[in-house]
Amino acid sequence: MNHEQLDKVDTILNVQSLNAWYGTALALKDISFNIERFRVTALIGPSGCGKSTLIRCFNRMNDFIPTFRLAGQILLEGEDLYSPAVDPVEVRLRLGMVFQKQNPFPKSIYENVAYGPRISGIRNRLKLDMIVEDSLKKAALWDEVKDKLKDNAYTLSGGQQQRLCIARTLAIEPEVLLLDEPCSALDPIATGKIEELILELKANYTVLIVTHNMQQAARVSDFTAFLYLGELIEFDATEKIFTNPGDSRTEAYITGKFG
Amino acid sequence: MISRTQLQRLLARQRRNDRIFQIVAAIGVLIALITLGALIVDALIDGVPRLSWKFLTSYLSRFPAEAGIFAALLGSMYVIALTALISVPLGVGAAIYLEEYTNRSSRISRIIEINVANLAGVPSIIYGILGLGLFVRIMRLDKSLLAGALTLALLVLPIVIISAREAIRSVPPSIREAAYALGASRWQAISHHVLPMAFPGILTGVILAISRAVGETAPLIMIGALMFVTHPPEGLLKPFTVLPIQIYNWVDRPQKEFLTNAAAGIVVLLAVTLLLNALAIFLRNRYQTQYS
Repeated sequence: MNHEQLDKVDTILNVQSLNAWYGTALALKDISFNIERFRVTALIGPSGCGKSTLIRCFNRMNDFIPTFRLAGQILLEGEDLYSPAVDPVEVRLRLGMVFQKQNPFPKSIYENVAYGPRISGIRNRLKLDMIVEDSLKKAALWDEVKDKLKDNAYTLSGGQQQRLCIARTLAIEPEVLLLDEPCSALDPIATGKIEELILELKANYTVLIVTHNMQQAARVSDFTAFLYLGELIEFDATEKIFTNPGDSRTEAYITGKFG
Repeated sequence: MISRTQLQRLLARQRRNDRIFQIVAAIGVLIALITLGALIVDALIDGVPRLSWKFLTSYLSRFPAEAGIFAALLGSMYVIALTALISVPLGVGAAIYLEEYTNRSSRISRIIEINVANLAGVPSIIYGILGLGLFVRIMRLDKSLLAGALTLALLVLPIVIISAREAIRSVPPSIREAAYALGASRWQAISHHVLPMAFPGILTGVILAISRAVGETAPLIMIGALMFVTHPPEGLLKPFTVLPIQIYNWVDRPQKEFLTNAAAGIVVLLAVTLLLNALAIFLRNRYQTQYS
């Protein structure tokens, strides 16, 4: 896919010459690329290449790291997420994140999903019930948990917990889903379910996924960004990256020569 | 390459060293337990016959057989409650600030951490001097219940801070991240998730700190609480006495019968301390959150 074709799709997120530092160590070097609406974009690359740092820039999770510093821009529909006028909490509500290791709260399944809407000010019980049911359905978990919403989330299996975390994120109605290696702690069957879910979700959400697993990137994503040592080596349609990579380093990585 | 016999000799030596260390460790435990046991048994033998409902509910008297521990027991309870009321909000607040709002690895944070740890090791009599100067003299609280509780609150504050920090630190960072990612503010993440999950740990630390305060004598003597007080404290600014001071008071008397009273007082004090510790364990087990 060349540049003209890329321009035709509907860009939702725009990363412009993004640099990031931990203390004095440069973690991301001059990264620029676009993320398209209702598409799945995968970030791949070897450990330590900066893909987690990059995805955490999108919902300003790195703000909590005292030594972290960022330059450049991330535009969400033209608005800079790091502009001083923007409240980081609002950013996190518009770009929901699911983490590597499933991290439900030690509360009931219901309370896990209702938490986000609750702190956003929704108090009405019926409305909360609806959001919980709707979110659990979207996360393909409803049928498994509808009779035990009051049970502690830790009674669920690892894969169910991760889908609960996805449901919890969907409950705040984000525009973009940021998935940071959502399957790295799951077995193949649970992984398969999450991948199916991602393909369903892209009808209504823009998805950005960090993955270690290249088959996963090939299966679920439309676009792939390959990062290496903090640099964006190549960004293109997934099919192109996996069949005809433009950079020898991308080719070496996807064929398993290093990683 | 070592031969089979060499290997066997080596393994035999390791087994022997293992055994020796096990015995040394067991002796350590025995010495500690026997000493403690002897102390308790001695106090029990002397004190238990003197224990009665009347002893617990009677005021002081010049006559040993008439004297009871009511004023001191109630005084101790008031002091404990006040000390907890003062030290818990301060200590937990400080712990939250240090753990959640400051950069843990910054120099200032480390300096504070070391100093708090040092304060926990400062001899209690020094807190007594501070209490005497600050609360009794400068703030003119006199030798009152409030002055005593404030002094003890200062004494246990470092312990409360340290244990609350540990409890807060043991809450996995992933829980905070989950809350932030759902749009929680820092305080929402703390009050909705971190504090409830750290609660059992904080509670255990607080109760252990308080049970130390129950037995403290030196700082209270320092602020002038060593008095013949015949009634429970009637107000925050009124004089008071506590169990250890009452025990000290009785031991100081020439009459042998007062020594028996002291022994009985020790049994009561031990019971209070043990009850507090049992409560700590019970609450910890009850509220322990399960997360894996």
